Amino acid sequence: MSDHHEHHAPTGLKRWLFSTNHKDIGSLYLWFSFIMFLVGGLMALVIRTELLYPGMQVVDPDFFNQMTTVHGLVMVFGAVMPAFVGLANWMIPLMIGAPDMALPRMNNWSFWILPAAFALLLSSVVLSIFADGNPPAPNFGWTFYAPLSSTYGPASTDFFILSVHMMGISSIMGAINVIVTVMNMRAPGMTMMKLPLFVWTWLITAFLLIVVMPVLAGAVTMVLTDRHFGTSFFDAAGGGDPVLFQHIFWFFGHPEVYIMILPAFGVVSAIIPTFARKPLFGYASMVYATGSIALLSFLVWAHHMFAVGMPLAGMLFFMYMTMLISVPTGVKVFNWVATMWRGSLTFEVPMKWAISFVVLFTIGGLSGLMLAFTPADIQYHDSYFVVAHFHYVLVPGAIFSMFAAVYYWLPKWTGVMYDRFWGEMHFWNSLLSVNLLFFPMHFVGLAGMPRRYADYALQFADYNFWISIGAFWFGISQLFLLWVLIKACFLKKGEKATMEVWDNPEGLEWTVPSPAPHHTFDTPPIIK
Amino acid sequence: MPSTLFHRAAALLTTLMLSGVAAADWTQRSAENMRPGVTALSQDVYSLHMTVLWICTAIGLLVFGLITWSIFAHRKSKNPVPATFHENIVLEVVWTIIPFFILIGMAIPATRVLIHMEDTTEAELTVRVTGSQWKWHYEYLAYEDDNNVGVGFFSNLATDPAVWERPILSGGLFPVGSARSRVGAEREALSAENPNTFNYMLEVDNKLMLPAGQKVRFLITADDVLHSFWIPDFSVKKDAIPGFVNESWAKIPDDAVGIYRGQCAELCGRLHAFMPIVVEVVPQDEFTAWLEEQKAASAEGPDMTPFADLDEAMAMGEPIFQRACAMCHGAEGQGGIGLPLAGTDLMNNSDRVQENIDILVNGRGAMPSFRAQLSPKEIAAVINFQRHAFGNDGGDLIQPDDVQQ
Repeated sequence: MSDHHEHHAPTGLKRWLFSTNHKDIGSLYLWFSFIMFLVGGLMALVIRTELLYPGMQVVDPDFFNQMTTVHGLVMVFGAVMPAFVGLANWMIPLMIGAPDMALPRMNNWSFWILPAAFALLLSSVVLSIFADGNPPAPNFGWTFYAPLSSTYGPASTDFFILSVHMMGISSIMGAINVIVTVMNMRAPGMTMMKLPLFVWTWLITAFLLIVVMPVLAGAVTMVLTDRHFGTSFFDAAGGGDPVLFQHIFWFFGHPEVYIMILPAFGVVSAIIPTFARKPLFGYASMVYATGSIALLSFLVWAHHMFAVGMPLAGMLFFMYMTMLISVPTGVKVFNWVATMWRGSLTFEVPMKWAISFVVLFTIGGLSGLMLAFTPADIQYHDSYFVVAHFHYVLVPGAIFSMFAAVYYWLPKWTGVMYDRFWGEMHFWNSLLSVNLLFFPMHFVGLAGMPRRYADYALQFADYNFWISIGAFWFGISQLFLLWVLIKACFLKKGEKATMEVWDNPEGLEWTVPSPAPHHTFDTPPIIK
Repeated sequence: MPSTLFHRAAALLTTLMLSGVAAADWTQRSAENMRPGVTALSQDVYSLHMTVLWICTAIGLLVFGLITWSIFAHRKSKNPVPATFHENIVLEVVWTIIPFFILIGMAIPATRVLIHMEDTTEAELTVRVTGSQWKWHYEYLAYEDDNNVGVGFFSNLATDPAVWERPILSGGLFPVGSARSRVGAEREALSAENPNTFNYMLEVDNKLMLPAGQKVRFLITADDVLHSFWIPDFSVKKDAIPGFVNESWAKIPDDAVGIYRGQCAELCGRLHAFMPIVVEVVPQDEFTAWLEEQKAASAEGPDMTPFADLDEAMAMGEPIFQRACAMCHGAEGQGGIGLPLAGTDLMNNSDRVQENIDILVNGRGAMPSFRAQLSPKEIAAVINFQRHAFGNDGGDLIQPDDVQQ
């Protein structure tokens, strides 16, 4: 039966263009997100080059704003989100014993929309650099607050709006696919409370996506009609309200940050038990904590807006709700520590990433708790302290968990072990540089440096220099990963991986050969 | 036996605790921590910040300590047979409940400070603060019993564009090495005598004057896009939103006269980083005298004395142009965000003088109106300058009377 399928698989470009196979589409997503990670990283390096010393050094302040804007958009929508969708594509069917995703054609479409969306967005940057008169790319921050993006937005804002619509469609389709797959295609005996935690976190993430991506689509559409069709949603002169934009945006935006971190929780919850040789501590409480975080994420959006002038009661409500989120988040961290506790630990590269995730994500979580306190947030708001906070949860948080996932499952995907030396190099260089890059941002932020500043006062000079050095170092370190991936994926060089790869890991993915064949679980496994 | 590490930690701790108290300028302030500021409110905010910071540090150290212990004590070489436990209801309930109570303990002072922060009643001075791309406009609306003060002015960045528009490829503005010791376009020594470099990006032409010892209410709004009015030393940060008015307040104690600096904190376009806020706090009697002087000047009406000749007009116009126009139109009139001025028909065609005046007074498209910001004489001076500088030859001398308000 399975041979029959194999013979019909197209080859070459067609294999990838027309693929409905969850593994191929997963690989496409992962490579796409890695390329976007490098593109967004280059933009970050332009930012850090400009900020190396005070004084406008290399770019115009407006181009600086374009870089901060497109860097944010590319990293959020092009790197982190597609990376987790790619991981879901590869791993969810393997983890629940399903032959593929439930909606394979939609799966193909949801991927192939993305390159078009990002070509559109990035073309505005290309035009800004090369076209006559340098028409600016989107330059209003990734949060595109009105009226800077509506009435005052450059012509390229319309490119941005269309590309965000496309990304949204792609995300919603991906999310529907995950939900339908998990609900309908679990192997016999795989009850909900037996699902690997990665599947659980993704299931909850998918619901968040379906709720909030249409809200984002609404926000960009309102900006579009304000720009071209005479509406005044965000223009006080026409009876609208610029603050309304922020409410709508952050009603999307706050669940969005959990969309980027919940799958990371799932990844780490898979890796730590394997290398602690001990089952995950508190599986049920992990599931409930993830659910609570997801529900609370809809009740905290206005903590991004403590300076807009809200009623006292509103500020108190959002402060208390935000503080509350630290309880389920804390439960997760304690569970990971308890999983390691009295285990039999070894420190292969994926475990190193996972442990540094727990530590550094906790730093980001604690600075998040500090930001919850409204009066203190009045001083932190829109300073580099906020930049430090969200980079700690996104880079050594979400992205480190992706690195952990790549090293953990790469042998299953390619059939060969990763290059240990360059894997270690990648880890240690990234670990040291990421802290040099982001930790001093807490200092300059507390000392009063506002974010999105193309130039700064002298008291911030020394730390900004070291931050930039950290950025270059971190950027170069990622080339080690590129080499690890090329070696394993294309050159197929390296130690041959066994079916189990690690020491008795838990999960159905370790019951299929390495590399995983094109089609797996044509006959569902029985879970006892 | 205290170790070196202990000494270093203690020194750092002392720096953190004492940092920024009554700092005269940035060299005496912590580069790592929030400043306590000078108002009772800002010091409350600082204490809250330090409390939360220490609690978070303690929680962090506890978690990281457990992880570190586990990494050393529970590694496979030391602990070859793993334990098998995977739940403990009591432990899980405990570590859910305890954080909850810690949070309640922190929420109480936070609520108290927030309620205090939001109380803008009983102010003695009301100042309207309007943000626009890329300057601040201050208007004194009411002071004590006078509800019609009618004094206002604009505040622009005073750092010379020549200081910051120096790309690294042509020598760079700042030398490699610590910015604290040597800095500046001419590699000037870094001292308070060189305001352009010492307070780089933090110097303005007109400071916001405030009295010490009286509660000041700010009414904050914007003309174009969002801005945010941030003075860290007063713990004041409020968004300036076009079409809406926000409130905030500060009561600076009598012993805190001096200069305080802040910056715009909400992305507002190209020169977001270039619209600082400088406040000068003076004793009450000095403030009253200053305000009377300003009132008298505004009652007198604008200076309409004609220019003696073109040279006088150009000399007056150049600094105004560099301050108010060069950011968009370029220091050499070469254009930028704004249209170029050098060699254009508008600047050289003497039939279009009236149009030129009209654009400055009323604005056009993205070009803002300067009616409120510049006096007729200043507008006339700028027009004379731009029509005769950059190789332009734009006709006769314009007098203040020609600028119809």
